Amino acid sequence: MSQQSDTLTNARPYLLSSPALLLYVGLFMIPLIMTFMLSFYTFDITKGGILPGFSLENYAEVLSDPYFHKIFLRTFVLSILVTVFCVLLGTPEAYILHNMSGRWKSVCMLAILGPLLVSVVVRTLGWAILIGSDGLINNGLMALGIIDSPIKLMFTMTGLVIALVHVLIPFMVLSVWASLQKLDPMVESAGQSLGASSFTVLRKIVLPQIMPGVLSGSLIVFALTASAFATPSILGGRRLKVVATTAYDEYLGTLNWPLGAAIAVLLLLANILIITSYNKFIERKYAQAFK
Amino acid sequence: MKKNSHIALIFNALFLTFMLAPLVVICLVAFTSKGYISLPTDGFSLRWFRAILDNPHFIDAFYLSLMLGFVSATIAVLIAVPASMAFARYKFAGRAAIMAFFLSPLMVPHIVLGVSFLSFLTKIGWYGTFMGLVFTHVIIIMPYALRLVLSSITGLDQSAESAAVSLGASNWVVFRRVTLPMIIPGVAGGWVLSFITSFDEVTMSVFVASPSTTTLPVRMYEHITETIDPLIASLSASLIFITMIVMLILDRFYGLDKILVGKGK
Repeated sequence: MSQQSDTLTNARPYLLSSPALLLYVGLFMIPLIMTFMLSFYTFDITKGGILPGFSLENYAEVLSDPYFHKIFLRTFVLSILVTVFCVLLGTPEAYILHNMSGRWKSVCMLAILGPLLVSVVVRTLGWAILIGSDGLINNGLMALGIIDSPIKLMFTMTGLVIALVHVLIPFMVLSVWASLQKLDPMVESAGQSLGASSFTVLRKIVLPQIMPGVLSGSLIVFALTASAFATPSILGGRRLKVVATTAYDEYLGTLNWPLGAAIAVLLLLANILIITSYNKFIERKYAQAFK
Repeated sequence: MKKNSHIALIFNALFLTFMLAPLVVICLVAFTSKGYISLPTDGFSLRWFRAILDNPHFIDAFYLSLMLGFVSATIAVLIAVPASMAFARYKFAGRAAIMAFFLSPLMVPHIVLGVSFLSFLTKIGWYGTFMGLVFTHVIIIMPYALRLVLSSITGLDQSAESAAVSLGASNWVVFRRVTLPMIIPGVAGGWVLSFITSFDEVTMSVFVASPSTTTLPVRMYEHITETIDPLIASLSASLIFITMIVMLILDRFYGLDKILVGKGK
């Protein structure tokens, strides 16, 4: 009897998590494995489309074709640029927020975090209206006589970086802000009372302590930029293809699913590789801080 | 508390302008009376808001997205609660691995999930069905639901539960009468974040939405890639208004930062 109830208690956590486990295996693992297998299939329009089998053809094509090199490189550069700007703008903003109080603080928080609740399609539309060649920024600058001809922002890297920074910077602010919450204000005051300038306090006391927040924020921003789809698709179009829009075109445009699957698998592997190695780096570097 | 310098306050003002500019511009353009994107220089017109109602395309997609968010957030919470109980209350072999597994959809780019679900749903004949769409959304929102529910259970004082047990209450009664009422705020928070994530999702849904099961963000995305007109601006402005109301309610009851912290990582 008691042994039976023991088995039951031992089985209980598995029973409790079994609905989620079943769902994940059936609807998450299996689809991913299918895509992995699909990436080894071949595609031949003359022989009726997708042909099952095992071939490294798709990977060879993506890894050897300069067309794909350019797309992967562009996606990487874009992610680096967006991450750098998010760090440079998001970190000071989080610090300023942290130093605010009362009603103003909550108003600013709402203004910065609120856009996260609005679909990325809507936010991108706002930038398309602002930066188009007939857009408000260009019309405004021309009306003021600052420029003579429209600046090209739509379908350029600059426009894409601006919009993606806007889409992703709330994650950076949130992440840094969370680490600022753990900061002991007494340490800052102590530094100041010992005669350190505000800049020294910032650099020697605040910055080292919020570094974990900055790093984990960068990771989120980098990973989300690397796989961003809607914003590059609307603001970059065919002229500025990134990895995600290329996979989309292979699937829904040329219908070459195996090639699209290979691109998707490479994106996933790059993503996992970067996330895990970055996490290891942070853990090693901040091992003491987490103890 | 340290005060911000003037430079800091100017930086803050510029930052807020940057964050709000695209949304404000949409809301302004939405009131134009012209047939193209322009600022309403000659008075506000509701012409384009009325035009939304004449577009069953968008109205149907809006209802579909609402239903989808509602059903998938509910399923996600229903399976996240027992799973969180297991993680918070038991030490068992494979606990860390299973938890990492449950959070792993966060590491998979939505575009990869999209192509995978497309071939999977086609294979099993669920492509273009509402249920197919629901389950793909459940996978995407589960990590968010799980995180918020889990944090509300782990932070719980267990003495009330022990008292109920010692008074002879069965496990189910303890959960139903003692635990659940205490974790309801966390569960509701998880539901809301899941609903919003589902309602806004576009990258994965672009792949699995068939013409008869197109969600609102997907329909809007397809519209924008063809043309940017005042109609899409007025529709977006309406969504911004609705979101603002939801946001103010959420902020009042939970604090927006507490809910959205679950979104990161």
